[in-house]
Amino acid sequence: MSVLAVLEEGGGKIKRASWEALTAALKLGAAQDVTAVVIGAQTEALAGEAAAKGVGKVVRIEHRLLAQYTADGFSSALQQLIQNQDATKWVVFPHSYQVRDYAPALACRMGQVLIGDVIAIEAGPTFTRQLMQGRLTGTYRHCGGGPCFVSVQAGAFRADGAETGAGAQAPIAIFTPALNAAQIRTKPGAPLRSAAQTVDLGSAHRIVSVGRGIQSTENIPIVRELAEALGAELAASRPICDNGWLPLERQVGSSGQTVSPKLYLAVGISGAIQHLVGMKGSQCIVAINKDANAPIFEVADYGIVGDLFEVVPALIEAVKAAN
Amino acid sequence: MKVVVAIKQVPQRDAPVRIAADGKGIEERELQWAMNEPDAYALEEALQLKEQHGGEVMVVSAGPERVGSTIREALAKGADRGIHILCGGLGERDALGVARLLAAAIRPENPDLVFTGLQSEDVGMGQTGVILAELLGMPHATLILHVEETDSGLKVKRELEEGWFQEIELPLPAVLTMQSGGNKLRYTTLMGIKKARTKEILVVSAAELAGDATRVVTLEQIAAPKKQKTTQILTGPAKKAAKALVEKLKTEARVL
Repeated sequence: MSVLAVLEEGGGKIKRASWEALTAALKLGAAQDVTAVVIGAQTEALAGEAAAKGVGKVVRIEHRLLAQYTADGFSSALQQLIQNQDATKWVVFPHSYQVRDYAPALACRMGQVLIGDVIAIEAGPTFTRQLMQGRLTGTYRHCGGGPCFVSVQAGAFRADGAETGAGAQAPIAIFTPALNAAQIRTKPGAPLRSAAQTVDLGSAHRIVSVGRGIQSTENIPIVRELAEALGAELAASRPICDNGWLPLERQVGSSGQTVSPKLYLAVGISGAIQHLVGMKGSQCIVAINKDANAPIFEVADYGIVGDLFEVVPALIEAVKAAN
Repeated sequence: MKVVVAIKQVPQRDAPVRIAADGKGIEERELQWAMNEPDAYALEEALQLKEQHGGEVMVVSAGPERVGSTIREALAKGADRGIHILCGGLGERDALGVARLLAAAIRPENPDLVFTGLQSEDVGMGQTGVILAELLGMPHATLILHVEETDSGLKVKRELEEGWFQEIELPLPAVLTMQSGGNKLRYTTLMGIKKARTKEILVVSAAELAGDATRVVTLEQIAAPKKQKTTQILTGPAKKAAKALVEKLKTEARVL
């Protein structure tokens, strides 16, 4: 039974989350049964990177119409590869924005359902994913025949799990799908940034981050004061930026910045999955929240369960006293 | 333009959730329900398009009787009519099964545009819109913040990771899944609630639409998450807890 690991490229290199997907693929089959797949118009360098990772083989899906990502192009190309291979049982992806855009359609074409955003794979195999914004987890199983499509959450598997160090290069094959321009219905533009980024949260040593618990824009100054007392950058979860209470460039999470400061102090943030993936690598995480069951406490080193409007002013005072 | 918005009713945010006795669902008694927030953004975009260009906005939702209140809320916000696909809890179906129901209800309407939120706040599969597009034979774009009509179809602004965006052009009819934050959500007005009372909600049973609920993927067990870290909770009045925290951050974690 073979396993495909579909790797995603960014800036000419395989992205870290894709190596994590490869580690997950290696949990589903022996290394010699795992095929790493790279997709694009020029994939030689990417294939070379993948071939050094101790996989059975590497397939380059190459076509000029795959130069830029489109859901139609990528779904069709991968479907052709899967149908061309013998008995593919598992197809593993990183749970990226790109994969979320096409893998469900690809699975649907083959009568399948993507098991998305998986955080653990156990014997069975069963696949664990988060429910209710991380308050619960659910264990899923694939039934029936045909390939099973799985995408794994960023950070859930080790990125270096696939290293061999032996220096052996897996054989590389090229697969040319039949694609024509009329099949591709969307016209994607080049990536752009709407405004110059002036805040680099990634290099901050301390971050005070605020969420829905702050209730209104008038209350933002109290967390700003805490950030100033701590010499920290001020950041936020998505709803705060959606409401325009803080600029988008201060957003932490899958759609904002990924940070790993020494201290991450989350104020009134429940800890939805999309937020946690952007900050769980922080050295020390502190959570202040009125709900003791908020998922943020799953990743916190220290916590205060209480009303932030009482706790934050007390904390400002305590920090100033200690300085 | 005729626009259909697929909306889902989900447990209210921060509502305490308990695992049901069979371990395969959540205890629904005493639970409060609300419109899935990303779907509320999808509805908002549809209503704004209608206000700019005219046309019709229809909402469709699948689930038990309680879902009717969420459809009514959408009508109160300005949608013209609704379809309620009456079925048991959506846990009985996988993502493909749910999308099949929605597609069967939407297809005869021949919409120009189908909107839905990028994901649900309960199960969070994030794939209904994409599967829907596949089943309806329409092109799609996901994580959309802004929609503009052009001579040949649509130009949309799509969110990428890490603060990047891209514009995508696509022909109509199409399916778009909306990201939050592109618009401000409107409140329901008393006038809206009054008007909604006379708007039509067509109730169809799941069996009439697409009997096939065979699952390819099954949910075996729901559990509380495994803690990734041991959290030290600092207790006591705010002042005492704050002081203890600063002390810990200085001497134990050494981050101050």
